[in-house]
Amino acid sequence: MKYKTLYFLFSLLFLIPSSFFLIKHGLKPAVDFTGGTILEISITPKEDQELSLDKITNLVEDTVILNQAIQQENNIFVIKAQQFDQETNQAIKQTLEDQLGEVEETRFETVGPTMGKELIKKTLIGVFIAAGFILVFVATRFKDKKYGICAILAMLHDTFITVGIFSYLGVTRGVEVDALFVTAILTILSFSVHDTIVVYDRIRESIKLYPRLSYTDLVNKAVTETLGRSVNNSLTIIFMLLALYLLGGDTTKWFVFALLIGTISGTYSSTFTAAPLLVLWEDLKAKHHTSKV
Amino acid sequence: MKLLKNRLFQIFLLVLICIYINLPNIPININIFNKNFSTTISHPSINLKLGSSTFTRDLNLKKGLDLQGGTHLVLETDMSLIEELDKANALESAKEIITRRVDLYGVSESIVKTSLVKDSYRIIVELPGVQEVEQAINLIGQTAQLDFREDTSQDANEVNYASPSAFARVFSFESTGLTGKDLKKSLVSFSSGQGAANQPVVGLEFTKEGSEKFADITSRNINRPVAIFLDNQLVTAPTVNEEIKDGRAVISGNFTPEAASELSIQLNAGALPVPIKIIEQKNISATLGQNSIQKSIIAGSVGLGLVMLFMVLLYGLNGLLANIALLIYGLITLSIYKLIPVTLTLPGIAGFILSVGMAVDSNILIFERLKEELRSGRPFAVALELGFGRAWDSIKDANIATIITSLVLINPFNFSFLNTSGMVRGFAITLLVGVIISLFTGIIVTRTLMRRIRFRT
Repeated sequence: MKYKTLYFLFSLLFLIPSSFFLIKHGLKPAVDFTGGTILEISITPKEDQELSLDKITNLVEDTVILNQAIQQENNIFVIKAQQFDQETNQAIKQTLEDQLGEVEETRFETVGPTMGKELIKKTLIGVFIAAGFILVFVATRFKDKKYGICAILAMLHDTFITVGIFSYLGVTRGVEVDALFVTAILTILSFSVHDTIVVYDRIRESIKLYPRLSYTDLVNKAVTETLGRSVNNSLTIIFMLLALYLLGGDTTKWFVFALLIGTISGTYSSTFTAAPLLVLWEDLKAKHHTSKV
Repeated sequence: MKLLKNRLFQIFLLVLICIYINLPNIPININIFNKNFSTTISHPSINLKLGSSTFTRDLNLKKGLDLQGGTHLVLETDMSLIEELDKANALESAKEIITRRVDLYGVSESIVKTSLVKDSYRIIVELPGVQEVEQAINLIGQTAQLDFREDTSQDANEVNYASPSAFARVFSFESTGLTGKDLKKSLVSFSSGQGAANQPVVGLEFTKEGSEKFADITSRNINRPVAIFLDNQLVTAPTVNEEIKDGRAVISGNFTPEAASELSIQLNAGALPVPIKIIEQKNISATLGQNSIQKSIIAGSVGLGLVMLFMVLLYGLNGLLANIALLIYGLITLSIYKLIPVTLTLPGIAGFILSVGMAVDSNILIFERLKEELRSGRPFAVALELGFGRAWDSIKDANIATIITSLVLINPFNFSFLNTSGMVRGFAITLLVGVIISLFTGIIVTRTLMRRIRFRT
């Protein structure tokens, strides 16, 4: 643990830009949160027509308040706009059909703005409750509150980095945060704790086996012993996620990407954040103690 | 040793059952001696009856709307005109009426459920496979129309009114001008005195104006039926016994409590009509869903292949055994999905695929422990048991943490301050099922296989 400053600095390398982007730009909320309508269509162009995003944008702009139009594949387009109804939807499709060619609707989603607020609020409550339960559980199982608190801190570290990276992606690539992203964050929470507990378990066991070793040495020992397992386990999950990211559907692409970041960050944090935090905790406690005396 | 053999046999049996549950439909055509045998091998369906409770499962994998295509609607009811006390009743009736309409529309496996979010009374409608959304919305979005009609045909006295469906076709009923607006509400109560006591009856309470109209109607229809129509469909046609002046009528008959409450709900749909507004709508085409399934299957297979290769490269024979346990994990998980049944959505599939990656975690923990024990010079048999025993502590605590998270997400008690969205829940259920089964396959199955195979050589 002599490099623990280095580990924390490495985390800061991600945490600081994450905070910067989050404070400056926040997240780019998807329809799920803001309310609005998504229309996904595939167009089979007439012979003399060539499809382009500009054309579609021009044709749609007059009827609805457009937020964003995306060309997903050659002839698949996604129109994101402020809430419009089925009638307007028909009208849009008719216009496009007249001008460009046969239109097939693959997805039409419209969400009222109230749904979004509820989802955010409920998810946050869910996160706090889950974190609270986990804190109590870990603290009880390891008979010391520092384990619970450090595990939660490592968990927040992973969540924060993932959210920060999505804030960055929102600015640079227009990536939106939807209800699926919320699910991803919740999964990252549980994965992060899962990994941390395995490391802590080693510390707990070593304390019994080698009562003479200093706490720092114990943590060092536990971290070295579990590192191989941590990396191997993460690799199996990363294989799965990479396959999903590269070959899976478009709907889950960013969801999987969020999980990927979370898994990598979770592996790092269980070894290089959660464990050093314990040592730091002990150090601070010792200092506090001596200064008092 | 005998115990071990038993364990192995039990696992084998379980695998067979799971394979049976997961059998796809395979048509078989055999031609023997010019005789055609044609049959279809397929998975079973369950139909159990235990006393009054039944358990039926067709054991088909339930696909969510995002996978099979269809329409998802969230309707908000406008309760501004309904009294606080009657709101729950009004919502239930609105749901009932929508269910009726959806059934008329002929959608199989449709779901209509109510949801209460703060002050907002909502109805969630899922119509798998429905693409003509406009038509569906028009049908569902209407406010219920209840009216009372009287029989205008002559010689009514001679007619047998015993079967309402029969005379609905024969007789012409004409509107009396008494409608759902005149009805205050309907309640189920129990009869007292007069013949059969404690029979469930359906009470009607009219408004002041309605009471006058109703008195009028009953006075001229004594011993004749007055029919009640909902959305132009006959609901019931009780016979009038006497003139009713106070606006409180009771429909009696040989109602079961369920039948009485159903009738009351239908009447309330007219008495407490609530305008409905669409606040969320999702249409997904079937092709998009099909596409997603295919992509997920390919991605899942590739990922699974990589994980299995990795395990063999890293742990040799042990890795191979872990892979067998992993395949068993997949089989059991799918069977559980069919038994519960879990509705599989796209995030659900992602959750499943992810859980496969996590399922080998316990194996990795155990194998790493095993390596350590072997390194410190213990014989294999001892190292194996020690490895499993010591790894169990960390596996247990780590997985309980995951179970806690998934339970908060599933929100089994339907706390209104927590998420009730189907998507998040679907994901959490697959995660929970995954964790529990991976504990079984990762530890018990792997250990049994390892003991068996390692000790023979």
